[in-house]
Amino acid sequence: MSRSGQRFNPVISGLAAIAALFFILPLTGLVIRAPWSSMTKTITSSGSLDALWLTLIASLATTALALIFGFPLAWLLARVQFRGKALVRGLTTLPMVLPPVVGGIALLLAYGRRGLVGEPLYSAVGFSLPFTTPGVIVAESFVAMPFFVITLESGLSSMNTRLEDAARSLGASRLTVFRRVTLPLIAPSLLAGTVLAWSRAVGEFGATITFAGNLPGVTQTAPLAIYISQSSGKIDEAIALSLVLVVVSLAVMIGTRNRSRSA
Amino acid sequence: MLDADIRLRLDRLNLDAVLSVQAGEVVALLGPNGAGKSTVLRALSGLLRLDGGKVELDGTVLEEPAKHIRVAPEKRPVGLMFQEYLLFPHLSAVENVAFGLRARGVDRRAARERAAAALERLGVAKVSEARPGNMSGGQQQRVAMARAMVTEPKLLLLDEPLAALDVSTKTDVRRQLRATLRESQAANVMVTHDLLDAVALADRMFVIEDGGIAQSGTPAEVTARPKSRYVADLVGVNLLRGTARGTALELDGGGRLVTGQEMSGQVLALIAPHDVSVSRDRPDGESSPNVWPGQIGAVDLMGDRVRVRVDGTPTITAEVTPAAVDALNLDAGGQLWASAPPTSIHSYPP
Repeated sequence: MSRSGQRFNPVISGLAAIAALFFILPLTGLVIRAPWSSMTKTITSSGSLDALWLTLIASLATTALALIFGFPLAWLLARVQFRGKALVRGLTTLPMVLPPVVGGIALLLAYGRRGLVGEPLYSAVGFSLPFTTPGVIVAESFVAMPFFVITLESGLSSMNTRLEDAARSLGASRLTVFRRVTLPLIAPSLLAGTVLAWSRAVGEFGATITFAGNLPGVTQTAPLAIYISQSSGKIDEAIALSLVLVVVSLAVMIGTRNRSRSA
Repeated sequence: MLDADIRLRLDRLNLDAVLSVQAGEVVALLGPNGAGKSTVLRALSGLLRLDGGKVELDGTVLEEPAKHIRVAPEKRPVGLMFQEYLLFPHLSAVENVAFGLRARGVDRRAARERAAAALERLGVAKVSEARPGNMSGGQQQRVAMARAMVTEPKLLLLDEPLAALDVSTKTDVRRQLRATLRESQAANVMVTHDLLDAVALADRMFVIEDGGIAQSGTPAEVTARPKSRYVADLVGVNLLRGTARGTALELDGGGRLVTGQEMSGQVLALIAPHDVSVSRDRPDGESSPNVWPGQIGAVDLMGDRVRVRVDGTPTITAEVTPAAVDALNLDAGGQLWASAPPTSIHSYPP
């Protein structure tokens, strides 16, 4: 029997409808309450633009860092046998389940001006990460990169590595094997991991505010700006910024969904 | 021509196999699971590193650990066809076949044309644009074959080329493979565990057991005089080991037989199951000197004949008609007398 041939079950359908409404209603609320007449003005106000711009820059930088450092880490975890691998995997993916605020505190203790690495760094070059834009990127990376690593690792380990043997036996150099066999085969998980890490970075709040603070134009990303606007009574501004994030996230989700289907 | 002395250790396997294959010749590597057949192919292709020995192809040394010579797998003029085919799932048939040509520097257009021609020759042109996931097993096999051969390797390695096929397509594909290999100018090495494949396709066969070559020769030679229990079982004959003094044969596992040949020293004795007769009662002593009792062991149907194992000294397999199964009431178990005429026992040196 095909799935479409299953009979209509009122209990399952009813519960499913409640679940769907649970997600749809808040978004509808956002759209209904949006200050449509003053939308453009609100979004293009310098504070909102700064926050959106910073969010974009920091999240893209985070994604780039995830690709540069997370890819080798995922490769190591998926392909290389070494002692303490389970421990390394556990510790590097812990931020996925850790409350982001805790991550922020931990980052302060390591890279803060009095931190483990931060103190010698500060006395050497006079630079300190907290309350700077690079600090935002560090906070977002700490929270977002594990999503990339774990997604890519599972893609790499579910790939049949003997296909790489086959490619080598056909005369392909290691680089060609990577480019023409490995990369196309892990492309779906690479894309999924990238999108997951990027969207997690866009929405990052707890670690950022704890480690990098909330300086408009420097460390105040869109989620921080939304929170500040909302708690200081500027509800229209909060809604407008929220809507921008919703639209962008939706576009990315639909875009990548279609891409991974056609692949 | 291939000259190889492959020595390597891998897990519990200690491989030491010497083989040489002429250009245009097809050699079958036959052996039980875990004997090291596939390991030989992986070593020849360079995917596994040798610990010792030497691999030489048409006068070029591909690998010799003692002299620190090792040509990378991608630089060897070798084609390898895998048992599971390992076609690239993200590429069409023609792209799969063109892959090796492209990797070896042939331009895109020429590579596609040669790949398409290779698919045409193997009769799978109609799946050129299909991905492996949308092909039948037989089609995948032929595409894999085309991919391994299209670069015109000097050494073609085939790992169980027919094992993944179902019985109905196997005969067809075997015929195709035979025609293709006949035209091949490469030294061809094929791993199989199917005696029929070896007999049908190979000029010579090497039997690998426990990491070493146990026996080699033409299929006719090897099947006529099996030197190990493994080959004897494949051929379906009884193989006994013993010491001969004239026509008397003292068996290693106990028991003695009278043979039709004068021999001396260590020998192997081959007895075809259809030459062994069985009865419930002891046959008359005069008719045959080789009569001994045993318990009924496994009873198997082989085509329109039945094979029954008699566990005695020695243990032997006899072939009887299905009617005899009833007449002898073999299903009931119990004791059976086996007898084999001296002239049916073929002895030869081990």
